[in-house]
Amino acid sequence: MNTLIEVRDLAKTFTLHQQHGVSLQVLRGLNFTVAAGECLVLHGQSGAGKSTLLRTLYGNYLPAGGSIRIRHAGDWLELVGAEPRQVLAVRRQTLGYVSQFLRVIPRVPALEVVMEPALARGWTRVDAEARAKALLTRLNIPERLWQLAPGTFSGGEQQRVNLARGFMVGWPVMLLDEPTASLDEANAGVVLELIGEARAAGSALIGIFHDRAIREAVADRYLDMTQEDLAHAS
Amino acid sequence: MNAQAIPAREAGYNFAYLDEQTKRMIRRALLKAVAIPGYQVPFGGREMPLPYGWGTGGMQLTAAILGADDVLKVIDQGADDTTNAVSIRRFFARTAGVATTERTPEATVIQTRHRIPETPLAAGQIMVYQVPIPEPLRFIEPSETETRTMHALGDYGVMHVKLYEDIATFGHIATSYAYPVTVDGRYVMDPSPIPKFDNPKLDRSPALMLFGAGREKRLYAVPPYTRVVSLDFEDHPFQIQQWEQCCAICGSGDSYLDELIVDDAGSKQFVCSDTDYCAQRAQQQESRP
Amino acid sequence: MSAAEQLLPATSVGTEPLFAVRDLTRLYGPDKGCQGVSFELYPGEVLGIVGESGSGKSTLLSLLCGRCPPDRGSVQYRDGSGDWLDLYAASEAERRTLLRTEWGFVEQNPRDGLRMGVSAGANIGERLMAQGVRHYGQLRAAGLDWLQQVEIDPARIDDLPRAFSGGMQQRLQIARNLVSSPKLVFMDEPTGGLDVSVQARLLDLLRGLVRELDLAVVIVTHDLAVARLLADRLMVMRRSRVVESGLTDQILDDPQHPYTQLLVSSVLQP
Repeated sequence: MNTLIEVRDLAKTFTLHQQHGVSLQVLRGLNFTVAAGECLVLHGQSGAGKSTLLRTLYGNYLPAGGSIRIRHAGDWLELVGAEPRQVLAVRRQTLGYVSQFLRVIPRVPALEVVMEPALARGWTRVDAEARAKALLTRLNIPERLWQLAPGTFSGGEQQRVNLARGFMVGWPVMLLDEPTASLDEANAGVVLELIGEARAAGSALIGIFHDRAIREAVADRYLDMTQEDLAHAS
Repeated sequence: MNAQAIPAREAGYNFAYLDEQTKRMIRRALLKAVAIPGYQVPFGGREMPLPYGWGTGGMQLTAAILGADDVLKVIDQGADDTTNAVSIRRFFARTAGVATTERTPEATVIQTRHRIPETPLAAGQIMVYQVPIPEPLRFIEPSETETRTMHALGDYGVMHVKLYEDIATFGHIATSYAYPVTVDGRYVMDPSPIPKFDNPKLDRSPALMLFGAGREKRLYAVPPYTRVVSLDFEDHPFQIQQWEQCCAICGSGDSYLDELIVDDAGSKQFVCSDTDYCAQRAQQQESRP
Repeated sequence: MSAAEQLLPATSVGTEPLFAVRDLTRLYGPDKGCQGVSFELYPGEVLGIVGESGSGKSTLLSLLCGRCPPDRGSVQYRDGSGDWLDLYAASEAERRTLLRTEWGFVEQNPRDGLRMGVSAGANIGERLMAQGVRHYGQLRAAGLDWLQQVEIDPARIDDLPRAFSGGMQQRLQIARNLVSSPKLVFMDEPTGGLDVSVQARLLDLLRGLVRELDLAVVIVTHDLAVARLLADRLMVMRRSRVVESGLTDQILDDPQHPYTQLLVSSVLQP
């Protein structure tokens, strides 16, 4: 089995100093692995820590303890305690993150937003542009929007730009946070195709899907997060 | 004109006006200046019986180096017979009792304001230049501490900034006098407000060049046979002034010419700025059959 | 020069650091100045130093770029030939040369970083002239090229900086610094004092240039939005100490230290 990401005893606590030091332990004692071509679906109620887990894996949130090991550049890299530049290198080459919320950098046209991950990997502009256009077309973003900055797009349009960006290049490990939320059936179908292509290419996927049908279509395994939902520690 | 009869020194003045200790101080500074070509050496400038701006720096240097056997020539814009040249020459005749001359080859010390004689100088001659502002970087950097640091570190990029600006504004380097030079490949120096026409005469001259600024109290020197290179760009090389006309008196085509308005109608005449050179040439032509 | 066509490979985790700071300290009074600062900077990394007034970030910047000697600690730089230079053990001449060639410094007020009395072209060409470029044609070509890169109309190459707006002066300052292809650039609140729309344009330019030229940057700012946009990593300063440091988006999205949480929650969202 070709394990690409390995999580051991992962814990995440939020301490809110502004609110009298209230402490929220959202994740505790998490253990799992995901192999190439596998899709692990996170399962649990709202507030169970699913998004938190994805963000912690991505390095956006700081783990309180435990280990996240990822297969990067032919070797295992421990992400907990890694240097910022190592995390950035992993995010550039190995670990992709697709969320429903596009962080809009003002004034950058949609096409550029989508091309960026490829350019960061050294693709030529010509190749990057071709693939970006293909993806945007597949996701039904009309051509007249390609040169506009996504800041003025609708929520659904922003999400689809984000998806195009997310699937622009191949990622050994992909984190998907509600990628089909607020998409119609046709577009959701496109996303399913893209996920299928990624799996076939050997990516390990970890995802959150609110739609049960989609969940069942993609999941190989489930990780039940409800047991992680703990009462507040004071 | 030959060396004049040596006048008697006026009583009540030390030889060449300055006291001996002052002259020693200036000579020490001059030795340092000669040892570091182009480097501005501060010296304890004394009050002279002229205001600043009238050549006090040059005069102090001349006073410090003058000996009883020296023959002094003083020129102002090339001429021996202007008021300033005459005054200074008479000053040294009275206070030092030295012989004076208007003939360049006969002089051992030549004090000059803003020109180098056309007649090539010989080994053993000393030129003393009157300098208003000794600091070539002053136009762009007002701070003294900063310019000293720039000289110390050889930080001369800004000199070319000025030349670049000239070319961008006028299409050519517009500086026509006090044209900055690099001395011995190290220090950038202001050669005093001589026309750029005279800059080549500084390069590897057999004579010793001394520069004195009285108001700023700085002196500097270029020893004989030192490389002096005018700053320029590869694609805008240094060029000297040229005239279409020749001197109206002696017919010279390669000396620096002054433009004179000779009547109320505005008629112009071009004559050599170096009066001695012109007079000698004219005399030679007359004496030819 | 297109950004993508000239793209350099991603920063490898194995390269050597470019800049190393150990226990850097300079105090003007109790908790005034900076103390105990240590970090390493790698080629192509952008480090943001954020903090409020009085946090010591400006002191730290002066210490880092060689303008002010520390009470304690060291600043080391790995130069073009791979040798380590201890900044304060080196001579003034070496420091000044460094600041003119391999380093850049973008001042908060462009008037401090430009020669206001000479043209834009002369301002850009000065570093090249200081390094011995003696060809007017080449200098002018470099000036035109860089004006274009910082999005100033090249026809304005002979204009004095006085004739430029604040944003243009700042962009001219950036061009003046980048012409010598520095590897490390220090920026002191580069967008401070500019109108918001002007700021935005400048930030876009900086983002593009940093990526394109693979610059290592140390940027001091009080504006967290600027930090998020430009910096890979952040150091948060308060009362002369670094209270938190790490990946930019982690610090801003999941601040750990009470002061950082205060800072982040205080930012107004329009």
